[in-house]
Amino acid sequence: MSGRPNIGGIRETFAPWADPAAAPLVRFDGVSKAFGDTRAVNDVSLSIYEREFFALLGPSGCGKTTLMRLLAGFEQPDAGRVMLGGRDIAADPPHQRPVHMMFQSYALFPHLSVAQNIAFGLKRQGVAKAETAARVEEMLALVRLEGLGRRRPDQLSGGQRQRVALARALAPRPKILLLDEPMAALDKKLREETRFELMNLQQALGLTFMIVTHDQDEAMVVADRIAVMREGRIVQVGRPAEVYEAPADRYVAGFIGDVNLFEGRVATSEGGRVRLLSEDGPIEAEGAGPVGETAWVAVRPEKVAVHSEPQLGDNVLAGTILDYGYLGDWTTYLVEIAPGRTIRAARANATRTVARPLGCGDAVWLSFEPASAVVLTR
Amino acid sequence: MRRGPSAFNIASVALGLAFLYAPIVILVLYSFNASRLVTVWAGFSTRWYVALFQDRQMLDAVWVTLRVGVISATIATVLGVLAAIALTRSRSRGRMVLAGGVYATLVMPEVILGLSLLLLFVAAGLPRGFWTVTLSHATLTLAYATVVVQARLQSFDRSLEEAAQDLGCPPWKAFALVTLPGIAPAVAAAWMLAFTLSLDDLVVASFTSGPGATTLPMRLYSQVRLGVNPEINAVSTLLIGLVATGVIAVYLIQQRRRPSP
Repeated sequence: MSGRPNIGGIRETFAPWADPAAAPLVRFDGVSKAFGDTRAVNDVSLSIYEREFFALLGPSGCGKTTLMRLLAGFEQPDAGRVMLGGRDIAADPPHQRPVHMMFQSYALFPHLSVAQNIAFGLKRQGVAKAETAARVEEMLALVRLEGLGRRRPDQLSGGQRQRVALARALAPRPKILLLDEPMAALDKKLREETRFELMNLQQALGLTFMIVTHDQDEAMVVADRIAVMREGRIVQVGRPAEVYEAPADRYVAGFIGDVNLFEGRVATSEGGRVRLLSEDGPIEAEGAGPVGETAWVAVRPEKVAVHSEPQLGDNVLAGTILDYGYLGDWTTYLVEIAPGRTIRAARANATRTVARPLGCGDAVWLSFEPASAVVLTR
Repeated sequence: MRRGPSAFNIASVALGLAFLYAPIVILVLYSFNASRLVTVWAGFSTRWYVALFQDRQMLDAVWVTLRVGVISATIATVLGVLAAIALTRSRSRGRMVLAGGVYATLVMPEVILGLSLLLLFVAAGLPRGFWTVTLSHATLTLAYATVVVQARLQSFDRSLEEAAQDLGCPPWKAFALVTLPGIAPAVAAAWMLAFTLSLDDLVVASFTSGPGATTLPMRLYSQVRLGVNPEINAVSTLLIGLVATGVIAVYLIQQRRRPSP
């Protein structure tokens, strides 16, 4: 793709959440919402900054959609405040909030043409006819649907409908765009393209996006920051790399990516290094932990090296390959280190062919660096 | 190998259709009978249609019936849409009570409905006439209109309405701009159904009508008691034509506006 902004470069320096003087665009302040006996959102406090691409990540039923609907105005909080630009908007009905939403079902109006769909929000704002027409054209160009303005939604493909929904929500220039599982209905290839399109759009328009998703890959790629939700609460907020490499607890470690966990008692914790006595033997990891108490060491499969010769040093585990999966770019190995106890290791397939490929039943030695492992206390 | 319908299939379909439509076909044929005697065919003629259009009383009855039908169907449809919204959207416990209340008239014998309406009008001191029949027909057809609209509303994607609100519509406007066009075929069907029900109602009209508000079914019924007249066949044929047109129109509307999957 030519002319693509270097989003990675922009992101390296974009960190308004670290600036104590920065005022957040959106603030959830101790917000709770219950449906009957279910606490969909439980005492959530969260700040989202202007121009941020923010992802709410969690399994279905974790309350992420409810949190989004609270911001859109479709639900009222039982407790707490929802602030937009420093103002409590709890009393504003949905049609008075400068917040627009892209629905999971797209919710395109079937009796209106694509252009009429996109113009819908502009008309409600009382934008003049000529300007509306110009803005519709601009939006169609933005989502690469030029010339399709007269079509009806049922004459479009799934990907095109998704882009109409996006254009319709963007046309009235919302202060923040909410995206509810925007790519759930697309196939894998289209989904990956759309991720980058969304990021480009967000950068080009200088808007704030909040996306709700259960797809961790999607959240990792598109977002500046991710909030991981579980049972109505926010477990961790951070940049994708922080959430992945320094998960707050076992739940986050397991939800985002694969992880191997070693449970044990902390023998020593000094000099930024922990020695954990686990059933699999002593494990060394960088970090700190409460001496004498139970803790966990988490290590990602790609950080576990697989050797066919015995190894010396810390964190070496001997085992046999129980099974493996060839993914093209990666091969993941399931290694049994004790009866019923398996460790996952992943290896990049850096060359096309290997002289002596590893197969089921082979004896292997696994190792990982203490710096690659994380100590978790929860 | 695919086989066509067997002789048994064809015979049973033919018999079934004959059972349903033979009386109507005979009625239509005899409306073009030249003879005064209903049972004797004496050649083709449109004289009974001419006679019909000179029969002041019969024309008055047709006019009353159409007015009652249009007004009562409109009332029933508007209320039916509102009731259907309440029944599909409300989460409250009162919903069940409302549903029971609306649907009870579906199974209530018409005689009882007519009688109770009559008692109500007498108790309220309302003079029986055009408006009492119209209101009674609205009551009679409300449940049917509600059922038709509710079925469509139940499958209507709520997020469309939310999207409209999200884009700046107050709730009533979101309903008018997005929901109503979406359920329009069902609303039209509900209106047609209510209209045809009103058109052929005899029982409730007999109880609640008064002088000067004789509907066509009442007129026909009272004439039949004096002896069957081919003019009745003629007016019935016109009535059948009107209802059939309406039903076909509703069918076509619903075919054309079928929502995409």
